[in-house]
Amino acid sequence: MLDVKSIRTGYGGVEVLRGIDLSVGQGEIVAVLGANGVGKTTLNKALSGLLALTSGSITFDGKPLGGSPIAAVEAGLIHVPEGRKIFPNMSIQENLELGSYRRGRASRARNMERVYETFPKLRQRMTQMAGTLSGGEQQMLAIGRGMMAEPKLLILDEPSLGLSPLLVEEMFELIKRLNADGLPIMLVEQNVVQSLEIAHRAYIIENGLVTMSGSAADIAADPDLKRAYLGL
Amino acid sequence: MYSPTILIEAVINGLLTGAIYALIALGLTLVYGVLHIINFAHGAILASAMFAVWGLKTLFGIDPYLSILVLATVFFCLGYGVQRLIIGPAAKGEDGNILLITLGISIFIENALLAGFGSDTRSINSDFAFSIVEAGPFLISSPRLVGFAGSLIVTALLWFIMSRTDAGKAIRAVAREKLGASLMGIDVGHVYALTFGLGCAALAVAAGLLMPTFYVNPRIGGAFVNIAFTIVVLGGMGSIPGAMIGGLLIGLVESLSGLLLGESLGQIGIFIIFILVLLLKPTGLFGAKA
Ligand SMILES: Nc1ncnc2c1ncn2[C@@H]1O[C@H](COP(=O)(O)OP(=O)(O)OP(=O)(O)O)[C@@H](O)[C@H]1O
Ligand SMILES: [Mg+2]
Repeated sequence: MLDVKSIRTGYGGVEVLRGIDLSVGQGEIVAVLGANGVGKTTLNKALSGLLALTSGSITFDGKPLGGSPIAAVEAGLIHVPEGRKIFPNMSIQENLELGSYRRGRASRARNMERVYETFPKLRQRMTQMAGTLSGGEQQMLAIGRGMMAEPKLLILDEPSLGLSPLLVEEMFELIKRLNADGLPIMLVEQNVVQSLEIAHRAYIIENGLVTMSGSAADIAADPDLKRAYLGL
Repeated sequence: MYSPTILIEAVINGLLTGAIYALIALGLTLVYGVLHIINFAHGAILASAMFAVWGLKTLFGIDPYLSILVLATVFFCLGYGVQRLIIGPAAKGEDGNILLITLGISIFIENALLAGFGSDTRSINSDFAFSIVEAGPFLISSPRLVGFAGSLIVTALLWFIMSRTDAGKAIRAVAREKLGASLMGIDVGHVYALTFGLGCAALAVAAGLLMPTFYVNPRIGGAFVNIAFTIVVLGGMGSIPGAMIGGLLIGLVESLSGLLLGESLGQIGIFIIFILVLLLKPTGLFGAKA
C-alpha cells in the first residue's frame, strides 16, 4: 500500500529525517513509535505532501506520490494531524463536509451517516461549533473528518494525546474497529504499550532513523525496547 | 428643534448611504478575516472601478447598473489574478510583505489613474440621478434606494456563498486553520485568490451603485476606505454581518451628526465612534476573541 524508501527531509537546512525506510501493507495497522522530537510528525508531513523531500521516494497504491497535499488526498492518503487541526469556527457538520472537499464528495451523505454511526456523540452535536467540543470529541471529529475522504490509508498522528486513560482505551478500540473493515492504518504514537497491543507491525524511530522494526509481538518482547521505553 | 420629518429623512438617508459604505467595508473585512492583512490597495481598486463605470458610460453609453454585471466579473478575475500571480508569490508567506505589496499596488494604480485621467473630478450625467421616490411625507432619492437594495443583495449573496457552498466553507476553514484545510486537499493559494477576487467584485458593485450620484477622481478611494476601516473595526474585523450592521450605523451617525453639527462636522461623529469602540470594545460588535 505505502512504500517509503530512504527519505530525507528537514526544515531550513536542518535535517530531521535522515533516511527512513518503511512500508504499510493491505489491512495492516503499523505503529510508528518514538520519543518526543525524533521526527514522527515530520515523517507524516512528508508523506502527506506538506513538506518536500530532499531525497528518497514515496510509492502509494503502486504509483509514485506527487509532492503536494492535494495529490496525497486525491490518491486516498489521509492524514489526521497531531493537535487535530479541526475548524473551530465551523459546525461539526461543516467540518465533516469539508472532509470530502477533495475526495469522496459524491458519496458525502452516505459517508456522513457512517461517521455519525461510528460517533453517535457527534450526531447529537451536529450544529455545535467544533471549537467548543471537548478534547476527546475533537479527536473523534478529526478522525471522522478524515473518514469522509474515503481513505485508502489513514495516518493518525498521536490520536491519544491529551485524552484521559479511559478515553485512550476507547480510542485504541476505535482504531482496531476501523481497521477491522480492512482499512490500513499508520498509527504514530508515543503510547508504546497500547499501540503495540493493537498493531500488526511496528517501527521505532530515533533521531530521524528507523532503529528497530518487526512484528508488534517481537518488538514488545525486545529487551532493549523494554529498557528504553518502558523502564523495565 | 428639528421637525420629525427632517429627522426621519436624515435617518433614512443615513441608512441608505451606510449600506454602500458597508459594501465597501465587506471586501476589506473579508480579506482581513482570511488573509489576516489590511489590503492597502482597497481604495485604489475602488477608484479604478469607479473610473471603469464612468468610462463605460461616457464612451459606450452603458448604464452604470448594467455595467455592474460585467465589472463585478472582470474585477473578480483581476483580484483573483493579482493575488495568485503577484501578491501570493511575492509575499513568500510573510504577512508584512503582503502589506507592502498591497501598498505598492495602490501607489501604482493611483499613479496610473493620474497619468490616464489627470486629477480632475468626473461624474456621470443622467436624469435618474435626480429622480425621487415619494413615501408619504418623505422624499427619497431613487439612486440611493437602488444602492441600498444592491448592497443588501450583495451581502446576502456573499453570506450565502460563505455559509452554503463548499468554496465558502473552504474560505472560512482557511481563515482559521490553514494546515487542517491543506490536509483536506483545500488549495490555500486558490482560496486566498478567491477571497481577494470576491473583495474586488464587491468594490465593483459598490462603484456601479455609487457613480450615478457621485463623482470620481484618482484619489477618491481614500475617503471611502477611512470610513470602511472604521466600519470594519466597529463591526469586528473579519465579520460579514458586522460589516453590514457597522455600515448602517456609521451611515446613520454621519447623517445625524451632519444634521445636528453641520455638514462640515458630519465626519466628527464617525471618529468619535471609532475611538469609543477602540476604548470600550476593541473586538467590535461581532468580532471573535483573539
Ligand atoms: N516547522 C518546523 N520548523 C523547524 N523545526 C521543526 C519544525 N517542526 C519540527 N521541527 C523540529 O524537527 C524535529 C522533529 O519534530 P517532530 O515534530 O517531527 O517530532 P515528533 O517526533 O513528532 O515529536 P512529538 O512526539 O513531540 O510530536 C524537532 O527537533 C523539531 O524541533
Ligand atoms: Mg509529533
